[in-house]
Amino acid sequence: MGRSVRKGPYVDEKLVAKIRLFNARNEKRVVKTWARACTIIPEFLGHTIAVHDGRKHVPVYVTEDMIGHKLGEFAGTRTFRGHGHHTERSTALK
Amino acid sequence: MARIAGVDLPREKRVEVALTYIYGLGPSRARQVLGMARVNPDTRVRSLTEEEASRLREAIDRSYRVEGDLQREVQMNIKRLIDIGCYRGIRHRRGLPVRGQRTRTNARTRKGPRKTVGVRRKK
Repeated sequence: MGRSVRKGPYVDEKLVAKIRLFNARNEKRVVKTWARACTIIPEFLGHTIAVHDGRKHVPVYVTEDMIGHKLGEFAGTRTFRGHGHHTERSTALK
Repeated sequence: MARIAGVDLPREKRVEVALTYIYGLGPSRARQVLGMARVNPDTRVRSLTEEEASRLREAIDRSYRVEGDLQREVQMNIKRLIDIGCYRGIRHRRGLPVRGQRTRTNARTRKGPRKTVGVRRKK
C-alpha cells in the first residue's frame, strides 16, 4: 500500500534544508545522513549523499532515475559472507 | 483466420478465452475488449467475421499495450532498477525474490533448480 497523496512524499526536513542551502550556494559536498526512509526528490540531483547502512555511510550519487526511490534502497544493510566453508572452528570437535 | 496483435491465432475456442492467449490480456481485459468492439464473447474464433476481427484489433490497439511492446516495457523497467543499483535491482541481478519473500526455503521460481553446496575444506 502506497502513502497517501495528501501527505506528499516523506522527506527528511533537515536533509532537504541542507541540500537547499548547497543549491543556493551552488556548492557540492557529501552529506552524511541516517534518514534512509527519505524519498529522493529532484533537488537532490547531482549531489552525493552518504547514507548510513548501520555501520558506515555509503556514498550515493543521485541520478535522475533514482527520483521517487528512498535513500535506503541504495545502501544495503546486509553483509553476505558466503555459505559452506569448513573453518577451524566448525571442525574442531571432531 | 484470426490473427490479432501479431502471431496469436487460437481457433476453436470462444473469443473471450482466445483473447487471453495474447500477452497482456487476461480474462478481465479480454471481456473489456469484447465490450468495446461489440463482439459476442461466446462466438468461436473460427466463426468470427473479418469485420469483427478488425474491430477487435482496433480496440486492442487503441487501449492496451500488448505482446512485444509490453514485454519490452517490462524489461526496460527491470533494467532501470538494475542500472540505478537499488535494492530491487540487486535482487533482480542476483535472481532472487524481489518483494521481500523468504529465501531460507522455497523461492524456487526465482532461484531455479536446487544446487547443493558441499562443504569446502579450508586448507
